[in-house]
Amino acid sequence: MDFNNKKNYLFNLGAVIIFFVILKLLMNGNVINRYYQGIIVFICINIIVAGSLNLTLGFLGQLALGHAGFMAVGAYSSALLSIYLRSLELPVIMHLGTALLFGGLISGIIGYLIGLPALRLRGDYLAIITLGFGEIIRVVINNLKFTGGAQGLSGIPKIANFTNAYWIAVVVLAFLYALIRSRHGRAIISIREDEIAAEAVGIDTVKYKALGFTISAFFAGIGGGLFAHYMAYLDPSIFNFMKSVEIVVIVVLGGMGSLTGTILASAVLTSLPELLRNFSEYRLLIYSFVLVVMMIFRPQGIFGTAEFSLKNLMSSPKGFMKKMKRDASGDDLNGGGK
Amino acid sequence: MIFIQQMINGLQIGSIYAVIALGYTMVYGIIKLINFAHGEVMMMGAYFAFLAASAGMPVWAVFLISMVGSALLGMAIERVAYKPLREAPRISALITAIGMSLFLQNLALVIFKADPKVMPRIIPTTPINIGSIQISNITIITFTVSVVFMILLTFFISKTKPGKAMRAVSEDKEAATLMGINANSTITLTFAIGSALAALGGILYALAYTQVAPTLGVLPGLKAFVAAVLGGIGIIPGAMIGGFILGFVETFAKAYISGRWADAIVFGILILVLSVKPTGILGKNVREKV
Repeated sequence: MDFNNKKNYLFNLGAVIIFFVILKLLMNGNVINRYYQGIIVFICINIIVAGSLNLTLGFLGQLALGHAGFMAVGAYSSALLSIYLRSLELPVIMHLGTALLFGGLISGIIGYLIGLPALRLRGDYLAIITLGFGEIIRVVINNLKFTGGAQGLSGIPKIANFTNAYWIAVVVLAFLYALIRSRHGRAIISIREDEIAAEAVGIDTVKYKALGFTISAFFAGIGGGLFAHYMAYLDPSIFNFMKSVEIVVIVVLGGMGSLTGTILASAVLTSLPELLRNFSEYRLLIYSFVLVVMMIFRPQGIFGTAEFSLKNLMSSPKGFMKKMKRDASGDDLNGGGK
Repeated sequence: MIFIQQMINGLQIGSIYAVIALGYTMVYGIIKLINFAHGEVMMMGAYFAFLAASAGMPVWAVFLISMVGSALLGMAIERVAYKPLREAPRISALITAIGMSLFLQNLALVIFKADPKVMPRIIPTTPINIGSIQISNITIITFTVSVVFMILLTFFISKTKPGKAMRAVSEDKEAATLMGINANSTITLTFAIGSALAALGGILYALAYTQVAPTLGVLPGLKAFVAAVLGGIGIIPGAMIGGFILGFVETFAKAYISGRWADAIVFGILILVLSVKPTGILGKNVREKV
């Protein structure tokens, strides 16, 4: 069993490397031009942010409506540190790594402070409090001097590119995957399934809710930092309520509780609006319509809680489809609370 | 003097928040759903009023058309989007509400376009001077109309049969159904009344700020929601108190601290309330049953 798992990980790692090499070759051969390259970087950023929200929304079963706010915290704090670090002339990896970790930490700390009062309670309080937080953070950034205010923050070193965005996304996903399969992850999932029962079997629900949400805010901050270092310019109006809702749409569409679903939905929902520029007026109309229809007819999302797995697909395509179907039908997803 | 002037401004905006907050609280009380689309119903109400007023209708007809139109809209939203999800996990209903809110906002954007429309002056503005204080008649009308509707609502809920049915359903839906109350139609009625009140808030808001835009409902909607939480969500007098408190806090923050920080202060209050007394001012602690 242990040996099988190891083989499995190596297999997936191989697939990830091969996929990277293919993309990189296509980019060097200019089959993927700079414009599409930009879209791919945004897909990676959205995978990180939506993956982090999936931990809260899909695995913990709590609705958070302020992920754009955490992105903003991560983006601004990492950008400010990065501007300061520029004079030290560090190698790119260290420079970007320090800035992103700093952004993620600040975002995680704020996430903990914001989340704790709401997570001590049951019900929709997290949605309310994160929504309020998202609004506050925008007003704060708009009115502070050192964040550049409404004019935005410029002069951020443009050191994020496809290569580091891709590998950061891979590391984040691997971490999330390992987390939800650990003892702590099972505790988090048990809260989604039945909070009262989880408490009854001795799980410290407040602690695990706070843990899940803090990690979620941390990675949203990393995603925001990556965004800052790719754009090299930040404007507080980017991180509005609509942005938070877009991230929720990605998670819901891909399947609450499916990381591979999030990857797929990020790729589709990030590239579609770029490819269908002519319909930009109707984009949010269609998003919202899909969201409502999805909730009524397929509340578990496209993948449900199922994970797409290469190994299972290779070894027995038929059994794989069966398993996917069973998990995607959402028999085991009863959602948070009543 | 400035203090009294600000007090009066606070009363005006507070009564608008209170009227909108009532709809949030009534819906939450009966189906335990935060109806995020409520602010958008308010915006649609303002557009209905704008259309009626542009067609040259008299004042009473503008109010009537807007409120009835919004009530129908509210009922339609409930039937189409929320009713199929009544037994679903709460998170699904909540996401649907957000989807509905976005949908209405973008629908308005496509139909009416993004540029704000100037609301016709259906009530001519005349300033009234009392000593050195100047009050606009719109302020007085806003306050009076809101208070009249709040009294009507309180009477409706405490004295009439449908009002009692409403209280019964929000207390215990199953038991109410066993007593012969039609829970579904009671819920629909709640949405109708809440939406009509939202439209009233929308008209008064559009009159105060003289313009209508597709994003009109977002901020007042969120603030009215904060008001409902502040007063104790699900409790009708709480929504009124919360609305007025929020109106005062906002105007005083704008006048004495900084206009740009006012919104942050309002949402800061929300976080403070939730950390100190999450059930709100009038809320009671309810023990959870397993």
